[in-house]
Amino acid sequence: MAKTYNAGVKEYRETYWMPDYTPKESDFLACFKVVPQAGVPREEAAAAVAAESSTGTWTTVWTDLLTDLDYYKGRAYAIEDVPGDDEAFYAFIAYPLDLFEEGSVVNVLTSLVGNVFGFKAVRSLRLEDVRIPVAFVVTCGGPPNGIQVERDKMNKYGRALLGCTIKPKLGLSAKNYGRAVYECLRGGLDFTKDDENVNSQPFMRWRQRFEFVAEAIHKAEAETGERKGHYLNVTAPTPEAMYERAEFAKELGMPIIMHDYLTAGFTANTGLANWCRRNGMLLHIHRAMHAVIDRNPRHGIHFRVLAKMLRLSGGDHLHSGTVVGKLEGDRAATLGWIDLMRERYVKEDRSRGIFFDQDWAYMPGLLPVASGGIHVWHMPALVSIFGDDSVLQFGGGTLGHPWGNAAGAAANRVALEACTQARNEGRELEKEGKEILTDAAKASPELKMAMETWKEIKFEFDTVDKLDVAHR
Amino acid sequence: MSEMQDYHSSLSDPSSRKFETFSYLQELDPGQIRRQVEYIVRRGWNPAVEHTEPENAFDHYWYMWKLPLFGEADVDRILAEAEACHKAHPNHHVRLIGYDNYKQSQGTAMVIYRGPTV
Repeated sequence: MAKTYNAGVKEYRETYWMPDYTPKESDFLACFKVVPQAGVPREEAAAAVAAESSTGTWTTVWTDLLTDLDYYKGRAYAIEDVPGDDEAFYAFIAYPLDLFEEGSVVNVLTSLVGNVFGFKAVRSLRLEDVRIPVAFVVTCGGPPNGIQVERDKMNKYGRALLGCTIKPKLGLSAKNYGRAVYECLRGGLDFTKDDENVNSQPFMRWRQRFEFVAEAIHKAEAETGERKGHYLNVTAPTPEAMYERAEFAKELGMPIIMHDYLTAGFTANTGLANWCRRNGMLLHIHRAMHAVIDRNPRHGIHFRVLAKMLRLSGGDHLHSGTVVGKLEGDRAATLGWIDLMRERYVKEDRSRGIFFDQDWAYMPGLLPVASGGIHVWHMPALVSIFGDDSVLQFGGGTLGHPWGNAAGAAANRVALEACTQARNEGRELEKEGKEILTDAAKASPELKMAMETWKEIKFEFDTVDKLDVAHR
Repeated sequence: MSEMQDYHSSLSDPSSRKFETFSYLQELDPGQIRRQVEYIVRRGWNPAVEHTEPENAFDHYWYMWKLPLFGEADVDRILAEAEACHKAHPNHHVRLIGYDNYKQSQGTAMVIYRGPTV
């Protein structure tokens, strides 16, 4: 029977709280951590979040009756306590697939983390996780190449890849910058990297940087007989400038370019990923600005969601944190989102912060990049935590070697290979690390020197964004 | 702190040429090679042997030694094939591969006999 129109304000829970709803395979699912305003019941707050992130507005409008709102609405279907936080609760919301444009991560985020975050009925809100239905996954391009294609193109097998971010991050001339790249690559690294804020500043315009870096790569390849790359950052003020830079990197025969996906935005990123797929170019993704969004345990978007969105939008590498270095990152949670980057199917696992099963269907995986305050002494732990399908990136840990970049690179390469060899032999890296490195250093003065230089450096601050665990 | 040391590597010095995984370590001894073969077998990968003239080492495609040893789990047999390849081509690089047919890629690849670099 048709409904009649009653103007006015209704409680959200009358429409959007559906505890008996069983989510469909094709639904988009979201888990929010909600802190409601005082006096707002949990069900009402959860329903309000569902409403404001889907079809609802604050009052009933007559045009509601021209559509089937009961079909299109988001449904708050479950509520759970947050371990360790008495004020917050988890709200689980299911959205029908039709609410989102195919292949548009932008559209998904505009709904799920749009207006609702400023909504008065909630004091704070955090998007903890999403379940992307396979039906949506397959409408997205995903990583332009994926892990296996990258290994085949770069001829790197059976070990993690090794990189280094060139420092100082700003201020070098293009020619001096190319020198730093060349030294790293001839010493044994696979990749070097522009830092996230290296774009095209007055002291080093992009075109000159690209040209000098290309020469560095070609010479290092001839010298070492190995395949090399440098993440040329094509992040630019406009999409047109971004594509111009990408085209020039391709003209120079470069294998990989780079993008800052959060500051540049998802539209730019998805477009660039499509360009990379069409042009056979690897794409490295930096996550500058993520901590603004993901670090506060009660506000924003959890990094695992940002990682999932990037896998949909497209990228072959994504910074993941190191667990052991200078930047934030809880071990279990990091292992969780690393799986979300690399694996085909990831099971729900609350001990790693994963709220939903996630099926990626045939979408390729991408390589997590561990970067930030790591050095040779961290190598055993890094190989153990990240395994082979990762890029380990030592900036200061390469360039800060007392004998220079080439020696620093060689030290890291020897350490990586020694740890990989030992792991293959069944040895326990995190227990026997010191012995393994000390043995390898007997044949590598560069590694011996690196071990002497960095032996005292530790980063032992507590993590701010921890997994939610019971406090009583 | 010891004296600063120069990094030896140049286009004109053939010993600067590397060949990816484990080439920055000293050449693996027979015991170490055996343990890497055991690793490949333990992972359930298909062992394979390839070789090349050192001057063509940069190419993706080296010469296959027969076919990959599909399903071979006998470490001695795998080692014997690698050695036979090395005997037939003493001046070539010989690499051992573990094909991972689930990932449709190589799980690992390493040079186990090094020819004279050029």
